[in-house]
This record gives sequence, C-alpha cells and structure tokens, in this order.
Amino acid sequence: MLIPRSWITEFVPIPSSVTDDEISAGLVRVGFEVEGVINQGSDLKGPLVVGKVLSIKAVEGQKKPIRYVGLDCGEGSERFVICGAQNFKEGDLVVVSLPGAVLPGGFAIAARETYGHTSNGMICSAKELGMGDDHSGIIVLPVDSAQPGDDAIALLEIADTIFDVAVNPDRGYALSIRGLAREISAALSLPFTDPVSHAATLSFVQNGTPVEARLRDGGMVMYLRTMTGFNPSAPAPLWMRRRIEKCGMRSISLAVDITNYVMLELGQPLHAFDADTLNGFLEIRRAGADQKLTTLDGVERVLNEDDLVVADSQRVLALAGTMGGLDSEITSSTTRIALEAVRFDQISIAKNSRRHKLSTEASRRLERGVDPILAELASARAAELILSLGGAEYVGTSSVGEVSLLPVVELDPQYVGNRIGLDISAETVKEKLELVGCTVEVSGTSFKVSPPSWRVELLSQADLTEEVARNIGYDKIPSILPPRRTAAELSPAQKRRRLLAQSLVSRGYTEVMTFPFTNDEVVARMGFVGARAASYKVANPMSEDAPLMRPHLLPGLLEAAKRNYGRGFKDFALFEMGLIFRKSIDLKPGIFPETGKRPPAATIKEIFESVPTQLSFICGVQIGHVESESWKGKARSYQWSDAVGEVEKILGQMNLEWTVKRSDLAPWHPGRCAEFIVNGTPVAHAGELHPRVIADFGLPARSTAWGINLDALPVSPLVTPKPITVMPAAVQDLALVVSSSVPSQDVKDAVVAGAGELLESITLFDRYEAIGDGKVSLAFSLVFRAADRTLTAAEVSGFRDAAAAEAAKRVGASVRG
Amino acid sequence: MTISVSAVDSALSAALAAITSAADLEQLKSVKIEHVGDKSPIARLNQALGTLDPAERAEFGKVLGQAKASIGSAFAAQQGKLEAERDARVLLEEVVDVTLPADSSHKGGLHPLTVIKNEVSDYFLSQGYSIAEGPEIEAGWLNFDSLNIPADHPARTMQDTFFLEPIESGLVLRTHTSPVQVRTMLTQEPPIYIVSPGRTFRADELDATHSPVFSQVEGLVIDKGITMAHLKGALDDFAMKMFGSEAVTRLRPSFFPFTEPSAEVDVWFNNRWIEWGGCGMVNPKVLETCGLDTTMYSGFAFGMGLERTLMVRQGIKDMHDIVEGDIRFSRSFGLGL
Repeated sequence: MLIPRSWITEFVPIPSSVTDDEISAGLVRVGFEVEGVINQGSDLKGPLVVGKVLSIKAVEGQKKPIRYVGLDCGEGSERFVICGAQNFKEGDLVVVSLPGAVLPGGFAIAARETYGHTSNGMICSAKELGMGDDHSGIIVLPVDSAQPGDDAIALLEIADTIFDVAVNPDRGYALSIRGLAREISAALSLPFTDPVSHAATLSFVQNGTPVEARLRDGGMVMYLRTMTGFNPSAPAPLWMRRRIEKCGMRSISLAVDITNYVMLELGQPLHAFDADTLNGFLEIRRAGADQKLTTLDGVERVLNEDDLVVADSQRVLALAGTMGGLDSEITSSTTRIALEAVRFDQISIAKNSRRHKLSTEASRRLERGVDPILAELASARAAELILSLGGAEYVGTSSVGEVSLLPVVELDPQYVGNRIGLDISAETVKEKLELVGCTVEVSGTSFKVSPPSWRVELLSQADLTEEVARNIGYDKIPSILPPRRTAAELSPAQKRRRLLAQSLVSRGYTEVMTFPFTNDEVVARMGFVGARAASYKVANPMSEDAPLMRPHLLPGLLEAAKRNYGRGFKDFALFEMGLIFRKSIDLKPGIFPETGKRPPAATIKEIFESVPTQLSFICGVQIGHVESESWKGKARSYQWSDAVGEVEKILGQMNLEWTVKRSDLAPWHPGRCAEFIVNGTPVAHAGELHPRVIADFGLPARSTAWGINLDALPVSPLVTPKPITVMPAAVQDLALVVSSSVPSQDVKDAVVAGAGELLESITLFDRYEAIGDGKVSLAFSLVFRAADRTLTAAEVSGFRDAAAAEAAKRVGASVRG
Repeated sequence: MTISVSAVDSALSAALAAITSAADLEQLKSVKIEHVGDKSPIARLNQALGTLDPAERAEFGKVLGQAKASIGSAFAAQQGKLEAERDARVLLEEVVDVTLPADSSHKGGLHPLTVIKNEVSDYFLSQGYSIAEGPEIEAGWLNFDSLNIPADHPARTMQDTFFLEPIESGLVLRTHTSPVQVRTMLTQEPPIYIVSPGRTFRADELDATHSPVFSQVEGLVIDKGITMAHLKGALDDFAMKMFGSEAVTRLRPSFFPFTEPSAEVDVWFNNRWIEWGGCGMVNPKVLETCGLDTTMYSGFAFGMGLERTLMVRQGIKDMHDIVEGDIRFSRSFGLGL
C-alpha cells in the first residue's frame, strides 16, 4: 500500500519536525514493513507554473510532429516553447517549467534555440516531474482548476513523501489511509481522527425509488445508493487525482476516481454501475450454470457455478468483489449511478480471485476482510462526493443485511505477560488493547475484550497478546536462553550420511544437489522400467520439461556431469545424496480432518500413510581419469571396478557384510554391473554405465556410476574385534584354474570355507586370462596364523590342500601346475 | 709378545692416530683391521695376558681394558663423523623440488548447503535439540491445515505451492519444513526441542535470489513456561553462532498463521539489517490440533532459509551457483572445516 505523508497528516497531526525515517521506523516497530520511501519533488526546483495555451503552430519539415506553442504564464506577455506532445489544445491549462528550473535527474531548463525557434521553457509530463511513470503526454489540468502563473509545485502537491508499506494478510484494515494512519498514530503517540467519523455524520434525503439491493449469498451487509443527474463530463478535482496517483492508481473519470479515492481512504471497495443499464434489482448470488462475463479488462470469462457475482434480474454484471463487467460500467454518458458497497464473505472473494487468477485492488482488500460498518459509511462518503463534485441528486438507499461483530474474547491479562516473558500490568494490557480499538470490560481478574469492527482476526488470547506486544515494542522483550541445556546427538542414519559424505569428499568426490525433477523421456532413455520408472507427477511444474519427481538420482547427477564436462572439466567424480520418489502407493483423495482438536489416531495414521515412501539414496559417477593429469604423467581411466570398489569401501567402512553378483540393471552396462546384497536384500549397484546412456549425456566412454539405497542398509553391528596375536604368520599361495564363467567370489568363498579357521586373510593377487580353453587362473595369497603357537609347514600345507579341495568340489577348480 | 705398559701405550697411541687420521669410511675400515681387529697389536697383547701370573694379569688387564675402551670410543666417534659427512654429501645429491604440486587426486568438496546444514545441526545438537526429518512430498493437511493455514485463506497464496497429480490427493511438495514440526508434535510428548533442516519447494522462477527448490532450517521448542523471551534468547545465540559474536538480532511484528505473536527476525551483519527469517510463539490453535494441552505447554518456532544465510554470510551473489552443480563451486568448500 502506497501512502502519501500529506494524506496521513489529514488524520494524524504529524509535526514537520518528525522525519520520514522516524515514520518508517514507527511503522516497522508496530509490524508494517516499509519496502520503499519515495521523496517526490525532492530534486525538483522551480519556477514551475501553470500556463494556458494561447496558440499552437506546427513546425514543418520535421521527422516527428513538433509544435511551437504560445502560453500565458501570468506574465502579461506570451511565452513561446517548443513541444513534441500532441495531447493538448488551445485553451488547455498545462504545467510549464521556466528557465532556471531544475527537473529530477539534474535536468536544468534554459532558453534554447531548437527547430528554428527559441524555446523559453518546457511543458512537462508527469514523469518529467518525478510524479509517476506517465510519459504518454504532457499534464493537462482540469478546466478552471488554476490560474495562469500559479505555482504548480504547490498546486500539484508534488513535494511529498510516499511510503510503500507491506501489509500482512491478517491486517486487511491496513490497506487504507484510515488503517495505516491509526497505526502511525499509535507508533508515534500522536492523536488520531478516524476518517469514518465524518462519514457517520452524513445523511441523505430519499427523493425517489432506488435500485433494490438483494443479498442472496456470500455477504454480510449490502448498501446500494442510487443517484441521478450526474454530470458525466465533470472532471475529478486535482487534489483527488493527485492522491489517487500517489497511491499508485490512475485517474479515470470522476465517478470511478471517487470510488477509488474512498477505497484508498477507508478500505472499502465500491462499485459504481450505470443505473440505466440495470434491469430491476441488483443482487449478490452464485453464478450458477453456464454463465459468461466479459470483465472490465475485456477478457471473456467462463464462470464457475460457485463464483460469487453481482447480477440484475437478467444477467451477470460483475465478478463480485473482484472486477466489474464491461457492459454496466460508468461511461462518458452516464447520468444515473447505482453505487454498491458490500461486506463480502472473505473466502468467496478469495475463491473468485484464485479461480480467475485475478488479484485486484478490491479483491485484495475483500479477501482479507473489510470493516463491516463501511458498507454503509464508505458508500455514504462516496455519495457525498458524487453529489458535490458531480452535481448529482440523491434518489435513495436500499440496504440489506446487518453488521455483525466478532465475539468477545475472555482474556486473563496475566496470560499476555506469561507469553511475552515480560512483566506487564493489567493496566498496560488494557491500555494497549484500547489503543488498537478494542473495548475492554474488566470483570474481576479477567477481561472481556470486544475487538474493533475493522479487526477480523482478533479471536483468541494469543491474537490479543500480539497486539499488546507490538505496541509495547518487541525490542523491550528480554533475551533468555530456553531452559533445556542437555546435548542431543545425531541419529545413527544421520551420523552415517554425514560420515559417508565426508569420506567421499576425502576421496576426491564433489557433492552436487540437483533439482528432483525429470521427465518420462529421460526415464525411458535411462532404461528404467516397471517399478523403477514409475513416479509421481507435479500438477503445476516449473517447466513442462520436468513434471516428474525423480525415480532415481542418476538422471540429475548425469546431467550435472554433462554440464561440468561441457564446461571443460574432463576428469572428476560427483555424488549426490537425497530422496527419490518411486511410486509406492496409489494416491487417494486427501484427508483433511477438522483442526483445533487432535484428529483420531486412525485418521492421523491414515494421513501419514497417504504420503508415499521416499527412499534416501546416494549415487556417484566417475568421469574420465582417476587422477588429474599432472607432471607425474597421465593417470589411468576410470573403469567398472572403480565404481564397484567404491561400494565395497563404503559398505566395508560401515562394517557390513555383503555378497556380490552380476546384474543387468539399467542404466548400467548389462555385463558390467555388480549388485551388492546385504542380508539377502539388494542394497547397491555399481559398474560401467550403459554405452547408450554415456552417449546420451555426451560423456567419455566407460564412465561409471554407483548407487546405494541407504534406507535398505542395516544398522552397523557393534564391532567386536578378534584379539591381536603376535605368533608368526604362515603365507601360502594357491593358484586355481576355473571356468571363466565362475564368479571369483564363488571361488574365494570356497577357498575360505576349505582353508579352515586359522585363515587370517585372503587376497586375490593375480588373475590370468590367457590360459585358453575358457578358463582363467586365479592366484590367492593365504595368510594363516594361530593364536597360541607357530604353525608347522605340514599344518599349513594341509590347510592349503583342504582349500583347494573345497574349491574343486564347489566350482570345479584345479590347482594350477 | 711381551707385555709392557710402554707396549700398550704405543699400540694405543698408534691406533688413536690411525683412527683420527682416517679420511673416509673406506680408510676407517682398514684402520679397524689394523688397530682394532683380532690381529691388531692391542688384540695380540690381550692374548698374551694368559702368560702372566694372576697378579700381573689383573694389573695389565685393567690397563689393556682402558686402552681398548679408548680405541673403541675413538673409532665410534670417527665412524659417526665420517658417516655424517657421507650422508650430507650423498643425500644432497638426492634433493628434489618439494614445491612441485604433489596431489594429483581429484579435489573433492561438500556442497555448501551440506556444510551449513551440518554447522547448524551441530550447534543445535549442543543446545539439546534433536534433528527431525520428514518427507518432501507431504500431505496437504500437514503442510497447511494443521498449521492453521485453511484452504482459501490469503496466507496460502503467500506460498506458491507445487501440487501433485491428482490434485484431489492433496499431496504437495512441502512449502516449508513446518510439517516436520506437526509430525513431531503428533507423535511425541513434550518437552520437544527439534530443528528440521531440509529441502522445500515453492513455485518461484529461478533467478539470482530465488529458487523453486531451496532449503530451510526450522526450530521448534514446546515446554512448560516457554515465552517470547526464550525465543529471543535462542535466536540471539544462534545468530552469534552463524554470523559471529558481534551479531545482533531484531524482531519485527509480522504475520504467520502458525505463530501468534509472530515476528520477522533481522540480523545486523556487515553494517546493515538482513532479513533472516520468521518466528513466533506457536499458535495455540496448532498445539490444539496436535492434541497438546495449551494450559500446560507453550512453545516457539522459527525458520530461516539456508541459501539466504549462506549467500549473506559468504557473499554468494547468484543462486544459480548453488543449484547448478558446477564442481568449482562445491570444491571451493572442501570439507567445510
């Protein structure tokens, strides 16, 4: 809400010694953010005078139309200036800056030769004077609104401060001069005159039959005032236009300007209908079936049957509280006016506005709640202006509905101090509540608080506490640490995620965080199918390219890899940790139990279960070489085993035990993907990416990836280390020849099983493929150790033979000769 | 060989002279054979000891022992000296340029949001708050209604929401981490001390200061006798942790449906007030919806944007850097320590 200081001062006598900064600070203190302060006219220096256009002569032979204009500036002689604007004629009153004037931006006016003439000044637009953005033409003042030579700076009230005040949704009353003037008066401890007190004194004589008001739905109280004999060509007075403009709206016509002026002053949106276009009555009702309405902005709207509308006996005239219709608006020939003011139901207007994506000055106020007494009083104020400025005569008033106010709140004044953490006397609580307009009735130790009519959200002790707190000042609240001081700790899963990220970074990985959105095409290109492809869609995505919640981290991670590769980084490893969103349940209609009391346990359970499972995953990709190129030479390229090794390391560091088998899971190379199984559950996959996926993302051949389902990992067991023995170790090598189709893990498992309990460690130190006949040689180094003695050579070779025998039995291995 | 004191003396002085005059380890080796070894004069004198009667044997034994000890220590000293000379010479030839960049492994880095999340979590853990987490796809009732944001209230439009298909499911991408607070209040008895750092979503266009996907940390305390003064104390301490001991906070009255009274919290940093987050006393309506006894318990809640905190504190100008995943960005943070 833009508020000019000059207008506020009409209701709060702010001394000129109070600075704009002090006003801003006061507003902030009571809860209104000041988003900007515009010092209009601060960099404008006169002389700036009113001029009457005496003569206009076109300057021939120019590319654009240029006119040589003779002006009466009250100097006794005609002053000539060159002007490019075309929106004025002889006899008009315009605003002229004379030589010596300085316009905003340091633009000094001097007599100068141009277009073959001497230009002795400049006719100004609103923008040139820093009054607004309008540069469509120069300012033309209303007829007879001033005399030639009058000081235009004073006339146009250019010098003013305009505060741009943010108003929170619970304070609809503050979308008005009335509301913010009251807040400023409270913040600065200055007296306040409620503008409504003037409207309350107005009375009108009924001279005929007014248009009948009918309120069928969606409102509390409605006033409809009919006036006749309105002079449609009467101009809006300059003071009114200037105030409307300073508040960021445009002057349109007298009747419309009056409705806007009163809305700005008091906060009640009003609508003026051309009464001659109305059939019968004017009513507020639901749109019903199959209705269309062309609104003032020229858009034809298909109405929802639940839309709240203003209609006459035959047709819909306006989208209630939101925007008027095109064919009932005030025109340049309107003489009969029906002025409507309604205290609408907030939610109905909010729905109107939301359904039609139409947020207007009216809807913003009405959906936040307008003081219900204003339907009567704001319409009276507007009628007063229509009569006095538009020469109209009053016909009559039709009203329906009654003002109802918020219920009385029982307040224990102690509650206020207890919540704020400050000793506040009952007297202070009462005083501060009265300051915001409440009526406080003391009944024993308790208060009965009646909120003022303009406050629609003061419903509870907590609401009243805020009113007291903000008027005492939040800066008066002491700073005390909360009572509990015992340390807490991370959960095992949180600890694990943190250590995992840190260890990956130590091993050269860079963490990225990508948006969790993708699309069906990417999912298909990754090769995901079935349950791994199904996810949930966002109904209103940022981009139609990415409406799908990611079913895996790899699409985003590969996109990040692609971006880095494209930016010239050839060798790197990335990881991301986050939630994935595979379809785990079919979505059902949402459950929305009543609030204000705890829903039944079954309902809470149902709500929790209505939210799909979202798995915590971690994935990594390895691109290019395992090390950066350096003076030491070129490192080798990443290969499938680097990804597999990463998972081995991660699971190993978590002290988990696993087995590995080959998998053909997408998006990996179907022959080069390892599946890790812990306690019978697949928990991770790793290996070389599918060549097609690598090509899709433009990454170097043989790029690798790994992924771990963190939610599938068991809790790490408590480590119980074996005693460390110092008896000498005996080392035996065992080379076995097996079919190359036998996984090495099976061979190793057999050797371990056969070697017996004294086997301390086993290492595969050689793998020789060129043995022919579809066989490979696997050479293991076996370390044996006993806790209590030195092993004899005979014992150890016995273990070795047992290991070879078990391998022969399980996987058909023979000892290599 | 005849043993005499003069024979011992001359063997000793010959040996000492030879040892000290050895110019290198090679010469010292031959000196050892000649003057220290089995065939050396001193050794031969020692062998002759056996020919003496016991009284003389003891006397000469002592003399010989002293001589051998002198030779031994002189030899060790000379050997140590010559070895040090050799090492100095040889190792000097093996000098390398230790200023060469030695680490060619990839430089890793945590994403700064992880760094700041850890930092915030550690601080609150030390203050006795647990870290609470929740789903990113969330039930509408938990994201809105339970937090006193009814349908069609203008407050709902403050948070442009991503909805899931079908809309009737009421599921949304959580617009704040506050539903984690509700989940906690629905499942735990007070006292409750939690913070919930996490990802949140609002339908904002990505630009230099906004992202449709961002992170928040929210705190919730529910206990007996909690006041706004406690909220202020918690925020002051948190601000000092994040922005340094000079940091000062300022509360401004504001509006959030789930708190009453509500406030914006600003922090004084780099000589200006920075809008940091929102806070307030938990609205009793929210406590009632969670089934908590409002005559016994009260509480406060607060929430800050982690990207904003990061950008303000660390001078990051463009949100794109945070979301794009360029390795240069995360790498600059290392382990964030």
